[in-house]
Amino acid sequence: MTSTAVVYTSNSLVYLIALPLFGAAVLLLAGRRSDRWGHLLATALSAGSFGIGLYQLSQMLGHSNDQRVVTQKLFSWISVGTFNVDAGLTLDQLSICFVLLITGVGTLIHIYSIAYMSHDLDRRRFFAYLNFFIAAMLLLVLGDSYLNLYVGWEGVGLASYLLIGFWNQKPTYATAAKKAFVANRVGDLGLSLAIMITFATMGTVSFAGVQEHVGQASTGALTAIGIMLLIAATGKSAQFPLQAWLGDAMAGPTPVSALIHAATMVTAGVYLIVRSNFIFNAAPAAQLAVAIIGAITLLFGAIIGMAKDDIKKALAASTMSQIGYMVLGAGLGPAGYAFAIMHLLTHGFFKAGMFLGAGSVMHGMDDEVNMRRYGGLRKFMPITFATFGLGYLAIIGVPPFAGFYSKDKIIEIAFNSGGTKGWILGTAALLGAGITAFYMTRVVILTFAGNKRWDEKAHPHESPFLMWAPMVLLAIGSVASGFLFTHGNSLRNWLAPVVEPQLVHQSELLSPAVVSILALLLVLVGVGIAVVKYLRREVPEVAPENVSVFTKIARRDLLQDDFNEAVFMRPGQALTRALVTADNAVVDGAVRGVGRLTVGTGNALRETQTGFVRSYALWILIGAVGLIAAIWVVAQ
Amino acid sequence: MNAANYLYVSALLFTIGAIGVVVRRNAIVAFMCVELMLNAANLAFVTFARINGNLDGQVIAFFTMVVAACEVVVGLAIIVTIYRSRRSASVDDASLLKR
Repeated sequence: MTSTAVVYTSNSLVYLIALPLFGAAVLLLAGRRSDRWGHLLATALSAGSFGIGLYQLSQMLGHSNDQRVVTQKLFSWISVGTFNVDAGLTLDQLSICFVLLITGVGTLIHIYSIAYMSHDLDRRRFFAYLNFFIAAMLLLVLGDSYLNLYVGWEGVGLASYLLIGFWNQKPTYATAAKKAFVANRVGDLGLSLAIMITFATMGTVSFAGVQEHVGQASTGALTAIGIMLLIAATGKSAQFPLQAWLGDAMAGPTPVSALIHAATMVTAGVYLIVRSNFIFNAAPAAQLAVAIIGAITLLFGAIIGMAKDDIKKALAASTMSQIGYMVLGAGLGPAGYAFAIMHLLTHGFFKAGMFLGAGSVMHGMDDEVNMRRYGGLRKFMPITFATFGLGYLAIIGVPPFAGFYSKDKIIEIAFNSGGTKGWILGTAALLGAGITAFYMTRVVILTFAGNKRWDEKAHPHESPFLMWAPMVLLAIGSVASGFLFTHGNSLRNWLAPVVEPQLVHQSELLSPAVVSILALLLVLVGVGIAVVKYLRREVPEVAPENVSVFTKIARRDLLQDDFNEAVFMRPGQALTRALVTADNAVVDGAVRGVGRLTVGTGNALRETQTGFVRSYALWILIGAVGLIAAIWVVAQ
Repeated sequence: MNAANYLYVSALLFTIGAIGVVVRRNAIVAFMCVELMLNAANLAFVTFARINGNLDGQVIAFFTMVVAACEVVVGLAIIVTIYRSRRSASVDDASLLKR
């Protein structure tokens, strides 16, 4: 925002959030009574929210680029001394991208879920949680202060927990939900600390206020805030080192994986970093940390993705890797913010589409998730194959599909960020592109090509219209979005007032054409290896055991769980046991000791209570005589 | 006559009363001993009033008499009730309120 910016107010922003929240409340409170129409209401409300989003977009398009911010103050939330927080909403160029992604993809996934969950007895509860998620996510991206964002941040965490554990009659699924929740809490702690440091140094937590006062804070404080925000982002966006929960989160129903764990919620960390661009711009150390975390995660996820046989887990690893690209982009400063968001949006299309495709395959294959038990499904599910294939071409970055525009831009900016840092980050991103091509080709070949490896009992069939229609729409998005966003730098110019790219001309280490050619070459190599390995050879139905130690480690998610268990869980348990022992001995000992002392004294004194009046009278007499004697002695 | 002699009588009466309360088992007798102690105190009050030449002690003596009268009423009622229910006026028999 510049000083000349005109800020409009609007009363309709709140309805974006209120509609899905109302749906969640109705569906949860009405209970079984709404079983027959609950899913329709939820879908309609989500679509209504999307409609309001489109209306807001049209309003924004009617103004010039520095006058597009719309705000709405709801009520004064906290007012303590100098600390004032209003519950307020702000819709700017960045928020509207998210609003449309969340409500648009969200509505498609609502429609998909009507068919996908039609046999589930608890479909109404599922839709209630979905609506609740949409509301919380919208609050996250619309809140005008870190504290409002935090409410939405926790809300989506709760929705994620409820939906991962939706089939919690299976203990492993319930455990997966808990794991996601605990990992997210570690990140949430980072966010709350960031808010506290922000308030302590700048006295405000609103985005506008922090942006205004960012110059007054010391670099040390800003670095601390940046690192804390990064920790928050790693928790929510499944980035290294808090990435371990995302693979297990695939326990949730597939539409949830598509909406929450691919398209929207896991990108909240990227949103947080881009939203806080003014902090990271002023704290280069924190910004570098963001880029490094992104680079590590994009390779980490890609390597896990190569070894997974579970189609959903392979896609989850790919999500982790792609969000790594976004975080890397966001860590490259003003040059990268717009492309991080662009990759986020294109990824929202193609990954959601592929997850829905995976759900469609599972739907036709009796919920089988092992890709080694698929094969040759191309003939049986032509629409699923086509939409999944378009998403595949988008993610590996084949021109002119979406991923080509967004991912290559991030690679290019990484190379051009300068010096050794540029070489390392750029090489990592380029390598990631090659690995992505390999594992995504592997997924497509194992699922749709080759000979069939499924039982005679399975009857693969194409999914109903309600399921393939959203897939088709998302596939169109994965084809067209990249071109639309880059055409005339549209998205970058659109976001410019928010992320302020100072349009500095970077020293061009590698030109866009060179990067694209290099990336395409690596993609070709990746695809080629996958074709040779999985299409030219027979794929065993059971994962082979005589594999290299690297494959074994990759199959175990690069030992992420082993590491967490050895470093945090076991010492934590030991500490807990020690604390319980200490509590029993010291704290309980002191309390019980006081009790025992009182009881013992009472028992001893009880012996004097004989019940004989004369003995009491004697005691009174002795007491009186003693008292008088004492007075007499003192008076002497 | 020396006023201190009244105090000696008072102390003697009080001691007799106190010993009676501690020693005697019969509730009526113990009760009478309590009355004796009260009257010993009254005698001391009146004597002190005489010695000091004011009426304070005399006033207190009247108060004591009123309290003693009330106490007799309540105390005798209790003793009679205990006797009716337990057929005994021994204070040692009424020793249920112990540990």
